[in-house]
Amino acid sequence: MKLITAVIKPFKLEDVKTALQAVGVTGMTVSEVQGFGRQGGHTEVYRGAEYRIDFVPKVRVEVVVADTDADRVVDVFVESGRTGRIGDGKVWVTPVEDLVRIRTGERGNEAVT
Amino acid sequence: MRYVYNSGDTAWVLTSAALVLFMTPGLALFYGGMVRRRNVLGMLIQNFAVMAVVGLLWVWVTYSLAFGPDWGGAGIIGTLHFAGLGHLSQAVPGYTGAHAQTIPPVAFIVFQMMFAIITAALLTGASADRMKFGAFIAFVVAWSVLVYAPIAHWVFSPQGWLAQRGTEDFAGGTVVELNAGLAGLALALVVGRRRGWPENLMRPHNVPLTVMGGGILWFGWFGFNAGSALSAGGAGVAFVNTNTATAAALLAWIAVEKLRTGKPTTLGAISGAIAGAVAITPACGFVNTAGATVIGAVAGVASALAVSVKFRVRIDDSLDVLAIHGVAGLVGTLMVGLFGTAGSLGSNGLFYGGGASLLGHQALAVVCVGAFSFVMTALIALAIRAVIGLRVSEEEERLGLDLALHEENAYDFEAAGGRRAIGEGGFA
Repeated sequence: MKLITAVIKPFKLEDVKTALQAVGVTGMTVSEVQGFGRQGGHTEVYRGAEYRIDFVPKVRVEVVVADTDADRVVDVFVESGRTGRIGDGKVWVTPVEDLVRIRTGERGNEAVT
Repeated sequence: MRYVYNSGDTAWVLTSAALVLFMTPGLALFYGGMVRRRNVLGMLIQNFAVMAVVGLLWVWVTYSLAFGPDWGGAGIIGTLHFAGLGHLSQAVPGYTGAHAQTIPPVAFIVFQMMFAIITAALLTGASADRMKFGAFIAFVVAWSVLVYAPIAHWVFSPQGWLAQRGTEDFAGGTVVELNAGLAGLALALVVGRRRGWPENLMRPHNVPLTVMGGGILWFGWFGFNAGSALSAGGAGVAFVNTNTATAAALLAWIAVEKLRTGKPTTLGAISGAIAGAVAITPACGFVNTAGATVIGAVAGVASALAVSVKFRVRIDDSLDVLAIHGVAGLVGTLMVGLFGTAGSLGSNGLFYGGGASLLGHQALAVVCVGAFSFVMTALIALAIRAVIGLRVSEEEERLGLDLALHEENAYDFEAAGGRRAIGEGGFA
């Protein structure tokens, strides 16, 4: 199994969610996060003073999928999360040693869906 | 002597008193939105504490000092004749002839109480995020007695030496605004900068709160200004001028922003509105529509430019009490000397054939009120610093006043995805 983590632009969340559901992803965890990458931060102005804001709001989406689905799901993230402008975020894949559905005790691939 | 009171005037002044009281919670939100998230409750409790402390002080001591029978005839301070609201049946001294009050003294007392409250409350903006609560309370007590009461006596009481000389201040351009501005500067200097400022700018944590608070201030200002006519019939001019100047200043401020940084800001719009209301405060009963429009516009520009000065001189007047209340109060007070017209309630200024004498009276008041306020406030703050200390510890400042001093947290966002305040301005 793989844990696929994506950090995306907040307004793309709806598109990404819909696209993931369309390829059969049945669950995900979403959190509001802040950070910066190559995009850097932005500037805000309050009473004439410029404030350099390093951390911009992002959404982190996490899904666990079977090894065989990982590449396809990554592609879905890339296609549905992209605007083509700087700050679209990143997707990364990490191996998952074990997975347990708490309600039933099912383990491994059985617990994925 | 038995007075026959005018019920309409009395009802309007009592209503206005409630409107002015409401300005302090408005100010609390206005300021509370501009501080960092960890200090918002500290700001709110300071403002509400002022309502309580000054509300009690006023009936027991400071009303009598401000408006009681003059002590020694010099127009410097009143006696304690009315302390504890004794002798309530006696008329407020000095209001005679054309200025005779048509309302019971107790209505006047409670109306003026609200001015004493909000003036002290304004100082929370200069010392935000770093004062010990006890030291703040001690400061407010001393300041109300030693700074506010004398200045109110000089200008507001007809027995006061500046009032006698011909200074015109309809609703508090000197007593409230200029006074708060210079006192704020002195307090900010003695308390010192917030740790980390100005290397780390500390941005407002909730602009909508600030806008809402500013809206409450605009609303309450009709009581503040039009109530100062002390009559329902005379309130109309002050009422409309208040709105005119506020509107002009709002537009002037965002016009400055458009030219300087390219975009009008929400915080700028509401800041401009406040600057306009401040500037028309001394003038609202004394000028016509042209005067109110120009005063508002000039104040909007002046304050919008003045907010940048603190970064150059590195004085942490955190929420711009001097740049908004001091500068706009100065603009309004002086411009009464230009735009004052006998067609309203006052005398003619320079532009209406009155010569420069009114302008001279206004300038005298600006210098005396400003200097007294600055020096006296600094002395009070230095004295409190020496005895009990003014500032919270570095650890408490880092933690924020809400948790460190009050063991509370303004917002609970933990349930919403565990979101934390990453990179919230400051030095954490």
